[in-house]
Amino acid sequence: MTTFDLNFAADHFTLFGLPRAQSLDLESLENSFRAVQAKVHPDKHAHAGDADRRLAMQWATRVNEAFQTLKSPGKRARYLLSLLGHDPQIESNTAMPAEFLMSQMELREAVIEARAAADEDALDAVRLRLLNEIKVEYQRLAELIDVAKDFAAAANLVRQLMFQEKLLNEIDDALEAVTA
Amino acid sequence: MALLQIAEPGESAAPHEHRLAVGIDLGTTNSLVATVRSGMSVVLNDMQGRPLLPSVVAYAADGSVEVGYGAEAKQSIDPKNTIISVKRFMGRGRHDIAHVETLPYDFVDAKGMVKLKTIAGIKSPVEISAEILKTVRNRAEASLGGELTGAVITVPAYFDDAQRQATKDAARLAGLNVLRLLNEPTAAAIAYGLDNAAEGIYAVFDLGGGTFDISILRLSKGVFEVMATGGDSALGGDDFDHRIFCWIIEQANLTPLSPQDARLLQMRAREAKEQLSQHGRVPITVKLGSGEYVDLTLTTEVFTEITRTLVQKTLAPTKKALRDAGLTVDEVRGVVMVGGSTRMPQIQHAVAELFKQEPLNNLDPEKVVALGAAIQANLLAGNRAAGDDWLLLDVIPLSLGLETMGGLVEKVIPRNSTIPIARAQDFTTFKDGQTAMSIQVVQGERELVSDCRSLARFELRGIPPMVAGAARIRVTFQVDADGLLSVTAREQTSGREARIEVKPAYGLSDDEIAGMLKDSFSHASDDAFRRALREAQVESQRLIEATQSALADAGDLLSVLERAHIDAAMTKLQTVMIGDDRRAIDEAMQALSAATNEFAARRMNQSVQRALSGRNVDQISL
Repeated sequence: MTTFDLNFAADHFTLFGLPRAQSLDLESLENSFRAVQAKVHPDKHAHAGDADRRLAMQWATRVNEAFQTLKSPGKRARYLLSLLGHDPQIESNTAMPAEFLMSQMELREAVIEARAAADEDALDAVRLRLLNEIKVEYQRLAELIDVAKDFAAAANLVRQLMFQEKLLNEIDDALEAVTA
Repeated sequence: MALLQIAEPGESAAPHEHRLAVGIDLGTTNSLVATVRSGMSVVLNDMQGRPLLPSVVAYAADGSVEVGYGAEAKQSIDPKNTIISVKRFMGRGRHDIAHVETLPYDFVDAKGMVKLKTIAGIKSPVEISAEILKTVRNRAEASLGGELTGAVITVPAYFDDAQRQATKDAARLAGLNVLRLLNEPTAAAIAYGLDNAAEGIYAVFDLGGGTFDISILRLSKGVFEVMATGGDSALGGDDFDHRIFCWIIEQANLTPLSPQDARLLQMRAREAKEQLSQHGRVPITVKLGSGEYVDLTLTTEVFTEITRTLVQKTLAPTKKALRDAGLTVDEVRGVVMVGGSTRMPQIQHAVAELFKQEPLNNLDPEKVVALGAAIQANLLAGNRAAGDDWLLLDVIPLSLGLETMGGLVEKVIPRNSTIPIARAQDFTTFKDGQTAMSIQVVQGERELVSDCRSLARFELRGIPPMVAGAARIRVTFQVDADGLLSVTAREQTSGREARIEVKPAYGLSDDEIAGMLKDSFSHASDDAFRRALREAQVESQRLIEATQSALADAGDLLSVLERAHIDAAMTKLQTVMIGDDRRAIDEAMQALSAATNEFAARRMNQSVQRALSGRNVDQISL
């Protein structure tokens, strides 16, 4: 009766009925997420038996995890590369191009200075600059994975992005400290 | 013979049966209870027609307890035994409580949560809150004419795990079946969103008596999605009162004050604050116990000046929530004002200035949370009508993490993650032959353990001796739809598994709850027994109904043998539940639950497939 076997162990793309690709239609993802979550969310099973409620929590957890992973281009790429057998090895491989490291150090120094001077505008400016850089790299990731199929280059870029996303968190922390 | 009834999953098999469910806003200053009646959410008034129940509990020497207006009237006569704003003590130690030196209570610093010594004995904030909830429950049952199926209790979105757990414990102690802990701003958003068919990004600015929340939500196509939340669980109208109180003392040169005089001045301060929302200046006249008079005039200008920093304290979390949501103020379509304290003009001005638009005040800020909670309670209890199929996606307000070497925090679940959520983190041993490991779970945003709140510390024992770094210990955090955390840990290299499940330190165990329940029924142990039996019977009936509904809907997923197995377990439960053997009922319930596990899993798979069928099926890659 069923045309495909969708179950708890399905990968994130299959779960939402999406093709395995880095470029992704966000609206389709959101619609699928909502359609599935509307079925499995614990609120829909609040009056059911224990087994149903436990299962609902597990499913909703699973669906949230899948959605969060696919929604973020960085996490999506990392996950997709693993699925394709090209784990970016975030923890073990820390080699980065010197040029990239230099520019990151510059940005980091700007953040430290702005934080010390409690300069909210300066922090906002660095944040915006970094956001723009990241945006460009997200586009490049899609080209590398979907078009060029250069998974090794994509894995390198994912590692750089992890670096930049961490810096973004530091800027947010600094903004929080400065505006508190 | 009964006809076969077809019901959608989650819908009641008996459409005419309306389950009694309520939403309860357990507030710092006032509490409210609401229900959905003939499709309309309404607040349930007391016998005198008053919607609010002051969250005040007065204990007397004979052990009797008074809650509400009667208790409120006693506060300046017997401040020590008349507890106000108990919500501020929920899940809190003595050192966490602001202005603790000005409070008239005898605190006992118990493990985890502070306790209060009253004339009727030592009471925990959980027990005191349970008194308020019992009064609310009695009001609801009298008004609705029957026993409640369940309740949705609201909590500040910024409440941490300890405060949430304490609230749930209080509800259980009051004999309420908690359908869900719901964040106050989210409840308000449901009431506002459904009422106005709102679509787009909305901010809910909720300043209550003792807590402040800001939530940013996206409302679209029946989905209420919280994008970010922030706040301060110790900032509210009380603090504005306190500033006026301090101002009076300073202006009138008063020292020292008796507890009665202090409470009297606090009451006058609150009245002055409320009047300033309507008038530019108010007189403050107080006759003290010594016969001395205080005669002052407070103007809006002075009030604004002395509370400026408090207003600022609401704006910082608001900006942070916007940043977390990845939004700018221009993208916010409306700002819904919730909580009595948003009536203060300086709050209205500050919010208007920050968001560059006039805030929305078209719902009663004091009732909107209870009204929204009632709507959600009605849905969760299974009283679903056509069109009632919205989905609520909430988040965890504070990051959860673990202590690592050197007192640093490793974040495991970041704040503003959509719940329910689970995350695992792997650890290893750092010494050869190490067989135990201490794990500390913390909540908060700081990098140091000492700056975060410790939720639990537990030891994982029985790790097989190995060389350093060889063991693989996986610690899993699971946050459920109530925002409550449970942690499991296991060593997974060897076949042997050490597994532990912890509830955070402040939560009461089932045994403790049972003990408190027994205490409260110590004069009527028979009642306690009947009550427990009655609860088991209600639970059994619920399970049977749910199973029947599932069988009617998806019985074709079962083989004849599987079906017979479930039917047998159901018949068994139906037989024993009429009797009074509590243990037999529990066993039969467990047996039926076990028999339906696989069935539940298949139904869930099927319903996920149905959700996606007809859309993009051809795109699915296998």
